[in-house]
Amino acid sequence: MTVLPTNFVPEPLATSAAATVTLLAPTARFSLRVWPEDRARLSAALTLELPVTIGQRARGTAPDGTEALCVGPDEWILVAPDGAGPAIEAACGDAYCDAPHSLVALPDREVSVRIEGPKAAELLTLGCPRDLDALIAGQGRRTVFDGVSVILWRDAAQEFRLDVWRSFAPHVLALLETGCRELALD
Amino acid sequence: MLLIHCPYCDETLPEAEFAYAGEAHVARPLDPSSTSDEEWRDFLFIRSNVKGDHFERWRHAHGCGRFFNAVRDTVSDRFLTTYKAGAPRPDLTALKDAAE
Repeated sequence: MTVLPTNFVPEPLATSAAATVTLLAPTARFSLRVWPEDRARLSAALTLELPVTIGQRARGTAPDGTEALCVGPDEWILVAPDGAGPAIEAACGDAYCDAPHSLVALPDREVSVRIEGPKAAELLTLGCPRDLDALIAGQGRRTVFDGVSVILWRDAAQEFRLDVWRSFAPHVLALLETGCRELALD
Repeated sequence: MLLIHCPYCDETLPEAEFAYAGEAHVARPLDPSSTSDEEWRDFLFIRSNVKGDHFERWRHAHGCGRFFNAVRDTVSDRFLTTYKAGAPRPDLTALKDAAE
C-alpha cells in the first residue's frame, strides 16, 4: 500500500487520561554525514555546534533554529521548521569545497508524532525495548519501535517526539492509538 | 533478551537493536586472482563454528549503524567484551580472568 505524505493531517490522533498522541506538521529534515576533521566547518555553516556524543542535541540560532541530533560517529539528523530547507542547503553548499560532506534532504521520508501525558514513557514501552530512564530529557536516539527504526526525541520527562518512516507510520500510529486507550483503562 | 554493549554509542542496549553479522576477523585475500579455488572457498564459506568463546561481528542496525566485534560464549551466550571494528583481537585469557 502506498502511503502518501498527504495521508497525514496534523491533528490529535488519540487522547486519553494516560497520554496524548499528536501528529505534527511537516518539517525540514536532513541527514548530514561529515568526517570529524570537517565537523567544525559545518558547525560554523549551520551556526550550531554539531554534538560529538551519540544522542546529544544542539540547537542553532540561524537559520530558524535548526536542531541537530548526533545519531552516529559521523552522522547527524537536522530538523528545522518547514521552509528552512533551502537556507540550510545553501549554507552547507557554500562549505562544500572546504568540507566535503553528504547532506540529504528527507522531508517526506518521515512523519513525526508527539507523545505526551502522565504515561507517555509507559506508552512507548509497548514497542521500544530500550531503558527509557537512561534517555535524559533534552536528548534523542535512533532506536527500534516494534521492529521499525525510529528517531526518538525526549523533550521533557513525559514528552517525546517520534520520527517514523512514512511507510511504517500506519502500523506504528495504530499501535500508539491502541496503547493510548489501553493505558487509560487501569 | 541479550544486552549488548555498543562500543560506539557506549551504552548497553537490548539485542533487538542489533543484527548478527557472522564471524569476525575473516580477512578478504588482498589479491583474489592469485588465490587458489580452495583458499577462496575457505574465505567465502568455511567458518570455525566454535563451541565456546566466539569472535563475531554485530551491527547496531537500529542505532548508530556501525559494525563492531564481540566475544561471546556460544554455550552460555555471555558476552566477554565488545570492541570497535578494526581493533586487534583481544587476548582471550586476560578477558576470561577479568570476567571471573
